[in-house]
Amino acid sequence: MAKARVKVPKTAKAGEIITIKTLIRHKMESGNRKDKKTGKLIPRHIIDKFTAKYNGEKFFWADWEGGVSANPYCSFTCKVDKSGEFEFIWHDEKGEEYTAKAKITVA
Amino acid sequence: MSMMKIEVIDRRTFLIGAGASAATLAALSNLAHATPDQAAAFLAKLTGGAQPAEGKVKLVMPEIAENGATVPTEVSADSPMTEKDYCKSISIISTKNPKPHICTFHFTPRSGKAVAKIRVRMAETQEVWAVAQMSDGKWYIGKTTVKVTIGGCGG
Amino acid sequence: MSRKVSMNGRGRKRAAVVASLLLAAGLAGYGASSAMACDACKGKYEVDGRKSGYLFATKETQSIQDDDFINPGMLWVEKGRELWTKVEGEAGKSCASCHGEPESLRGVYPVYPKYDPKTEKLINIEQRINRCRTEQMKAKPWKWESEPLLAMTTLIGYVSRGLPMNVKIDGPAKPFFEKGKEFYFKRRGQLDMACKHCHYDFAGRYIRADLLSEGRGGGAFPAYRLKWQKIGSLHRRFKGCNKQIRAEPYKPGSDEYVNLELFVKWRSRGLPVEVPAVRR
Repeated sequence: MAKARVKVPKTAKAGEIITIKTLIRHKMESGNRKDKKTGKLIPRHIIDKFTAKYNGEKFFWADWEGGVSANPYCSFTCKVDKSGEFEFIWHDEKGEEYTAKAKITVA
Repeated sequence: MSMMKIEVIDRRTFLIGAGASAATLAALSNLAHATPDQAAAFLAKLTGGAQPAEGKVKLVMPEIAENGATVPTEVSADSPMTEKDYCKSISIISTKNPKPHICTFHFTPRSGKAVAKIRVRMAETQEVWAVAQMSDGKWYIGKTTVKVTIGGCGG
Repeated sequence: MSRKVSMNGRGRKRAAVVASLLLAAGLAGYGASSAMACDACKGKYEVDGRKSGYLFATKETQSIQDDDFINPGMLWVEKGRELWTKVEGEAGKSCASCHGEPESLRGVYPVYPKYDPKTEKLINIEQRINRCRTEQMKAKPWKWESEPLLAMTTLIGYVSRGLPMNVKIDGPAKPFFEKGKEFYFKRRGQLDMACKHCHYDFAGRYIRADLLSEGRGGGAFPAYRLKWQKIGSLHRRFKGCNKQIRAEPYKPGSDEYVNLELFVKWRSRGLPVEVPAVRR
């Protein structure tokens, strides 16, 4: 299923600082929780890296730990000067990657 | 009416109430939690021993979090975000969670502003730190306290 | 007055439990940033003096619900849309085969649960979805609280967003409504409390650190609860409440909970569908 949602303005003026919102469906199992039935710790399973690129340029990235809430929401900004494409990559510590893309027209 | 209800509280009832709270607390605290010392040790590792100065970085969290599982958080740093002078990163550090490090945001001049929002977990009422590194290598720290309400009617 | 003073042991214990909970509450909850003080923001969430749980949430929690993008419950709406067109079962059908777009079901959510002549009892949305699956699609029913059933129920609720809750409680639904009402007012569990003690007598006051709502969650569920860190059903919430007063909970989807659901949805009459609402 589509796990990720991103919100990027469709248009912007050159030099404008836009706000980008992202959300992904993930349990972010912290590794600190116990299984109620067995009493054993549930192994950690989180998204540990998030990366945002603008026309191929990595302009914002984040390292996450178990202290980030389930279904992580992250918003940040980007200064845009030409039309192009954003790419967002969530890296799951088990090696899976989820990506989302969004286009922007800069006048 | 309420006065009368208070009058009839007996010792046993209070014990029932106390038992319930103790059970809740025990369930929540059966894991090793970080201490402010561990948070300080993490900070020292992050900055390479440099003592961050107060200011320039801001951490906004609700004064009281309704539920510690999802606490809306915003970090920002006062920086012109130019090639010569920008904020490189902001880390969020907990003084009472199982692990001090919650997350680190990395910025570039392209970011335009050093600002990010995220939702974090707070195991209990605590002081939280935001630590920023500027492109000149200097470190700054901002702090806030979040009260986490535990033991209401979670369901 | 004199009768109350000479209460028997059991009565004393009950009163004392309530009092001690409320006492502790008053202290622990002091200073919480409740939205109750904000008259301007009540708006659509208060109808004829009936208040949605939205008004008992902090402004931070409200702001998560207010923005569809940051509301994590919307992830389940999207999952529901994917399932909508998924062909399953021997009949080779999906929801879309019969219903077209999910939006064609706008107006369905506010009138459930309703009387079902076939089983001669109430049927709620989750059960209606599963009947479509077993009878029309010839597919397996989804388990209660499973991801697909939550997602589909959330989608059905979402397409009715903003419509007023409007369940029928007369005619053949009446006896079930009465049973639901009886449940709401009946003491149960080790704490010997009824739904009404918290959500009727003491709504708007603190129980330990939590502000008690009026229990009008009829238009809210499935809701994204910060505590659950996911979407959950109204019956899951009932279970939680029952456990909290240390009563043996009923099974989600049980007749008891569907009847109670009708009563709670009637208590929410006129309030808007908020699915997916965000609660603490």
